[in-house]
Amino acid sequence: MSYIGKSVKRVEDKRFITGKGNYTDDIKIPGMTQGIFVRSPYAHARIKSIDISAAEASPGVVKVFTGEDIAASGINGVPCGWQVNFKNGDTMKEPPHPILVKDKVLHMGDGVAFIIAEDYASAKDAVEKVIVDYENLGAVTDPQEAVKDGAPLVHDDAPNNICFDWELGDPKDDVAAALKSSHHITTLDMINQRMVPNAIEPRSAVGHYEESHDKFTLYTTSQNPHLTRLLMCAFVLGLPEHKVRVVAPDVGGGFGSKIFHYAEEAMVIWASREINRPIKWTAERSESFLTDAHGRDHRTSVQMGFDKDGKITALQSTTFANLGAYLSTFAPAVPTYLHGTLMQGLYTTPLVNVDVTGVFTHTNAVDAYRGAGRPEATYQLERLLDLAALEMDMDPIELRRLNFIPKFNGTTEPGYQTRVALQYDSGDYHGVVDKALKMVGYEEFRKEQAALDNGKLLGIGFSTYIEACGIAPSAVVGALGARAGLFESAQVRVQPTGKVSVYSGSHSHGQGHETTFAQVVADRLGIPLEDVEIVHGDSEAVAFGMGTYGSRSLAVGGSAIVKSIDKVIEKGAKIAAHKLESRVEDLEYAEGKWTVKGTDKSISFGDVSLTAYVPHDYPADLEPGLDFSSFYDPANFTYPFGCHVAIVEVDKETGQVKLKRFIAVDDVGNIINPMIVDGQIHGGLAQGIGQALFEGTVYSDSGTLMNASYMDYAMPRADDFPSFEVDRTVTPCPHNPLGVKGAGEAGCIGSTPAVVNAVIDALWKGGHKVKDIEMPLISERVWNAMQNGSSN
Amino acid sequence: MNITTRINGKEVAREIDDRTMLSSFLREDLSLTGTHVGCDTSGCGACTVLLNGKAVKSCTVLAAQVDGEEVTTIEGMSNGSLHPLQEGFKEEHGLQCGFCTPGMIMTSADLLSRNSNPSEQEIREALEGNFCRCTGYHNIVKAVQHAAKKMNS
Repeated sequence: MSYIGKSVKRVEDKRFITGKGNYTDDIKIPGMTQGIFVRSPYAHARIKSIDISAAEASPGVVKVFTGEDIAASGINGVPCGWQVNFKNGDTMKEPPHPILVKDKVLHMGDGVAFIIAEDYASAKDAVEKVIVDYENLGAVTDPQEAVKDGAPLVHDDAPNNICFDWELGDPKDDVAAALKSSHHITTLDMINQRMVPNAIEPRSAVGHYEESHDKFTLYTTSQNPHLTRLLMCAFVLGLPEHKVRVVAPDVGGGFGSKIFHYAEEAMVIWASREINRPIKWTAERSESFLTDAHGRDHRTSVQMGFDKDGKITALQSTTFANLGAYLSTFAPAVPTYLHGTLMQGLYTTPLVNVDVTGVFTHTNAVDAYRGAGRPEATYQLERLLDLAALEMDMDPIELRRLNFIPKFNGTTEPGYQTRVALQYDSGDYHGVVDKALKMVGYEEFRKEQAALDNGKLLGIGFSTYIEACGIAPSAVVGALGARAGLFESAQVRVQPTGKVSVYSGSHSHGQGHETTFAQVVADRLGIPLEDVEIVHGDSEAVAFGMGTYGSRSLAVGGSAIVKSIDKVIEKGAKIAAHKLESRVEDLEYAEGKWTVKGTDKSISFGDVSLTAYVPHDYPADLEPGLDFSSFYDPANFTYPFGCHVAIVEVDKETGQVKLKRFIAVDDVGNIINPMIVDGQIHGGLAQGIGQALFEGTVYSDSGTLMNASYMDYAMPRADDFPSFEVDRTVTPCPHNPLGVKGAGEAGCIGSTPAVVNAVIDALWKGGHKVKDIEMPLISERVWNAMQNGSSN
Repeated sequence: MNITTRINGKEVAREIDDRTMLSSFLREDLSLTGTHVGCDTSGCGACTVLLNGKAVKSCTVLAAQVDGEEVTTIEGMSNGSLHPLQEGFKEEHGLQCGFCTPGMIMTSADLLSRNSNPSEQEIREALEGNFCRCTGYHNIVKAVQHAAKKMNS
């Protein structure tokens, strides 16, 4: 039977619904100790002295390490995996990122000591006994303030706190000239606020050194165990990779924040050899707020020009991107290659220039958070389009349609080359809009909106987005500064009985790979789903892997699996031909058996598998066994797109925004499991809407993260949302064997501007000519905007 | 101090440090790691268990407080066959990473014990103390509806 396109219930669910999942913090090893970090309460301070004597003497304490110990041991800092060059060709500033700080802390939460005790309570008691004398040096948290002369410096060798400046697209002068001669210019100065990823499972790491084997095992909450092993071994600790096993067991959500190699992972591994005992560290929630890499945090000025008919003439986008105090693994890529390259959107804009300055501040590191750069690009474009429609008194959908890139399939018609480096693979942008408008009942809505008279304002907002995922062709990203390849590996091991074990370098932390990947394998091999097992997340079981992020698992990891299956079928055919006394070219493979074309002579997959491992009657020139590994390096990014529509109600008296409906029509290419794809979209929508309405960090001027707990940071709750209305169109990806594009981030990329646009529409139609309100759109800001015509 | 309590129907007697939280008593002392800890301020609800049938957040209940009381964790929800809520979460794809799921199921069990046929809004309000970052709550609501329907049939 076919498994493709079926909402197969997830095979991984049983362990989770019965409390039998195995998350990192659940792991217990005999003799295991508990580690806790002592972290800086200051954003920028010199450590004048640190006294650990009382902590060392505290009951149950095994060992206390400080930054001094780390420096003396010769451990390198945590590396950055992506290099962006200055416009003049100079390499970006890349200051060291020690795993414990010796002399100067650079953000609140910077680690200054690591306490290891027999149990958590003893370690916690000892934290209070570490006495650090800090000299507060004054902080800067806003990237636009940080680049000014005289601002406190984060790193002495990064003048004006600039990590890099960077530009993409057409010459700035050409864009400026086109804007100047435009019929209309729409301008926005906006803050894409800093977000905290907030996986509900806090980060955790267990380091286990076994002297008897001279071997290390790291259990960690990672989306990316092999890359963590590579970075930690080769760059931080100088350990031989083959002596280090990294396991990412069940992982409780990532959203980007668990891609990166963190200092805590290196710390527990190094320290476990020092004390010759296993060590577990698990972040407290406030520690997660302070140290999990954050997302977004762009200050942007953007101008879009239009001719008298509404055709876009040019776009200029200028951003100061806050990178935090240290460069996280992929930090430089996010505001540049994952943001600037998407600034053409779905439109035929003839001139585009994107200018980005990456800036250090005394804040936690910023890196990829669900969408990573693409939400920031989409937010600019889609806010501009809806606002321009209001300003020019046009319909926001008609304005978009006028500027859409025409439909193309990427096979018989070429891909679409943008002004900002990408070649889109396939697209049908009117198709998603048509479907979404039908779901909304657009004309009826406008009538209802005009007639409303109940103390509320009703608004509708649109977003038509495109994103680049399925990352990524290694040679392309290498040319753009990636210090890694972005292929994926997969091994398909057919057991003698015809059961199949698949070892994938992708990692599931909620995405359901154990089901979706098994559907692909069972379908291609024509065997029952229950005969397939997907293994992932263990560097000792899986040959290599680049992990899961950038909506890449099925497009890249799934394609690697397909390559290995193809090899299995190709070799199996040789065995089958021998057994059937036929020629390979006379065989066809379907429904789990090889059949001599035009006859009823056949041999099953199970019989061929057994023959491969019991090769008594066997082709003379063929190796035994049926086990293949493949590496798949994609030919291009994939380009999902969609149309999101928000309908909101705004209370005239309080400014309270209520999301009434949310309609999402996404095109993520071919679908393997619709239930899982819808689930990915739902989750993405909640995070995108969360940014629009609720979430965001608040740093004080002195660099204190003011809302570093669930008492203070507004996480979206069940009663903040209506049920979502989701549907899709299908435009297959032309360049991977499954035709899939990826669904992990689409919901989060498209939804944010639709919600803000809906609030602006409500206000505008209610007589308030408000062009912008700073996210999140809390009632105070909306109310103030209604009173003053601005958000402040 | 010594406590005696019933966990998932079985009597448990232990000597504990006075300050032990119920969540760490379950996870560390009894190895019932299905109860997860996502914060320490009663914010996320991942640690929710039933105390005498009522949902409580075990990260802010002292183990001492359950002396003489009855506690049910996710491990105690299925006896041979899945509880209708467990079934509902699977059938309706009400979980992705699974970390919030035990707490969601326990809070929903409390809701359904008080209100056997809740509306969508009542379900959403009952779950507002439990965070999920994966599902957008959409399928969690459907999972609870699925269970309510099954339990009423």
